Amino acid sequence: MLELNFSQQLGNHQLTINQQLPAKGITAIFGVSGAGKTSLINAISGLTQPQQGSIRLNGRVLSDANSGVNLPPEKRRVGYVFQDARLFPHYRVRGNLQYGMAKSMQPQFDSLVQLLGIEPLLTRFPWSLSGGEKQRVAIGRALLSAPEILLLDEPLASLDIPRKRELLPYLQKLAQQVDIPLLYVSHSLDEILQLADNVLVLDEGKVKAFGALEQVWGSSAMRPWLPRAEQSSVLRVQVLEQHPHYQMTAVSLGDQHIWVSRLELPLKTPLRIRIQSADVSLVLQPPVNSSIRNVLPARVVELLEIEGQVEVRLQIGHRELWARITPWARDELAIKPGMWLYAQIKSVSITP
Amino acid sequence: MILSDAEWQAVELSLKVSTLAVICSLPLGILMAWILVRCDFPGKALLDSVIHLPLVLPPVVVGYLLLVAMGRRGFIGEWLYQWFGFSFAFSWRGAALASAVVAFPLMVRAIRLALEAVDTRLEQAARTLGAGRWRVFFTITLPLTLPGIIVGTVLGFARSLGEFGATITFVSNIPGETRTLPLAMYTLIETPGAEGAAARLCVIAVVLALASLLVSEWLARWGRKRLGA
Repeated sequence: MLELNFSQQLGNHQLTINQQLPAKGITAIFGVSGAGKTSLINAISGLTQPQQGSIRLNGRVLSDANSGVNLPPEKRRVGYVFQDARLFPHYRVRGNLQYGMAKSMQPQFDSLVQLLGIEPLLTRFPWSLSGGEKQRVAIGRALLSAPEILLLDEPLASLDIPRKRELLPYLQKLAQQVDIPLLYVSHSLDEILQLADNVLVLDEGKVKAFGALEQVWGSSAMRPWLPRAEQSSVLRVQVLEQHPHYQMTAVSLGDQHIWVSRLELPLKTPLRIRIQSADVSLVLQPPVNSSIRNVLPARVVELLEIEGQVEVRLQIGHRELWARITPWARDELAIKPGMWLYAQIKSVSITP
Repeated sequence: MILSDAEWQAVELSLKVSTLAVICSLPLGILMAWILVRCDFPGKALLDSVIHLPLVLPPVVVGYLLLVAMGRRGFIGEWLYQWFGFSFAFSWRGAALASAVVAFPLMVRAIRLALEAVDTRLEQAARTLGAGRWRVFFTITLPLTLPGIIVGTVLGFARSLGEFGATITFVSNIPGETRTLPLAMYTLIETPGAEGAAARLCVIAVVLALASLLVSEWLARWGRKRLGA
C-alpha cells in the first residue's frame, strides 16, 4: 500500500495530497497538464522532495519532512517509466535491461522479455528502435529492478496512434501478470478506460475524486472533465446468457439485463461496457413496438447542465447511467430528480 | 636508424613529457569540468578565469610564475624538496608540469562542452534503477562525456608537444633532460650551419602532429559509434 500525505510547492500552486493507494492493480492518475500529475510521481520516486508530510510504501518510510528522512531514488525500490523512455544510448537493449537488474529477477529475464516482445531487439542500440519499442524496453528495464511499485508517466503520450495500438495490449497483459501496483499517469480518457482499475483525479494540485473507475467515471465530479465525445457511463457487468436465435448476448446490470452484439465468452465472464450518454434517451411510458431492445426502468438522481445540454444521472438498481437530453426535452417531460422513467439504450460498446 | 641520437632523444623526451602531462592532468581536468558544469557556488566565475589564465597569458609569464612557485627556492618548491626530496627544477618533470599547466584550459574546455551536453534526465533514470551517485557517474556520465574527453586529451597532448615558452623559462634547455622537440629546433636555428638538421626536425614535428590528429579522428569516430550517434 502506498500512503501519500504531503504537500509540495509547484510554481504558482501547491500539490496537496492525502490518499492511500491500493497495493494491487493499475491506478490511473488523471488530470489536465499542469494539474500536478508528474510532480506527484516525481515525489514518490524521490526525484523531488516534498516540503511537508510523508510518503510510505508498504510501511516503509520513503520521505518524511518531520523526521528529515528522504531516501535517495536508488534506495526506494520504485520503478519509473518516463514519457521519453530515457534509454541509455551507449548500452544495447540487453545492457539497458540489465542495468538495474536485481538478482531476484534474473530467472524472470527471459519470460519478461518474451512478454514484452523485445527478444529480437536485445542486441540493438536504442537509436534504432521505434518509440513503442523504446517504451517496451523501458518498462522491462524498470520491472527488472524488482520495484515494489511501478510509475508510468504517460508512456503512450509521445507515440503516434499505430504505436499506441501496438503498446496497449502489452500494458494490459502486464497489468494481469505483474503483482505490484502500477501508477499510470495520463490525460487520455481512452487509455484510462482500457487500463485502469482505480482512478485518482487531480486538479490544480488537489484530489478531486478517487475510487474504482466506474464510480469515479460516473460521479458528477468527473462530468465537467469529460469532453463531449467522452460523456459516457462505464459499467462493470457479467455475461448472463446467449440468445437462442439471434447473434445477441445478455449482460447483467444489477437486476436488469442489457442485450449487446454476440460475445463469444463463457457465462459469468466479467467485462466492462461503455454507454455514450448521447445514446441514452428517456421516455415516460414504456415504449410499444420500438426497435430499441434495451429499455430499463430508472430513477432520476440529478440533472447537470453542461454546454447547453442536460446530462441526466439515472439510477438503475445500484448502478448509475448518464443520459444526454436537450433543455427543451427536460422542460417538456418535466424531468426532476426523484422521478421514475424509462431509459432507452441505443448502443453499447465493450471495452476490455 | 633514420633519426640521429640527438633527434631521437628529443622526440622520445617530447612524447614522454606530453604523455605524463596529459595523464596527470586528465583526472583533475574532468573534476574541474564537472565542478564548472554541475556546481553553483560564489567565486565560480573566478575559478573559471583562473583555469583559463594560461590560455591568454604569455607562456613566458606562466614559466616565470612556475619558477617563482615551484623552483627549488620557490615557496611551494622549497617545501616539496624539504619534505619529499622532490623537485621540478631543471628536470623533465618540470617540463611536464609546464606543459600540463599550459594545456589544461584546452582540455577542460573540451570536456566541459561534452559534459554540458549530457542529459541529466538519463542520470535520473539510472538512479531510479538503483544506481548510486558514483555508479551513475562511471556508467552514465563519464561514458557519455567520452568523445569530449578524447578531444580534450588529444588537444592537450598536441599543445604539450608544442610547448616552448613556459618550458624554457621554467626548466631551461638541457639536452636529454628538458630539451624537447621545440627546444631542440630552437637550438638548431640558433646554431650557424645547422639548417639541414633543423629541416629534419621540422619534418619530424609535422609527422608527429599529423599522427596525433589522425589518432584523435579515429578515436572520436569510435566514440561516436559507441554512443550510437
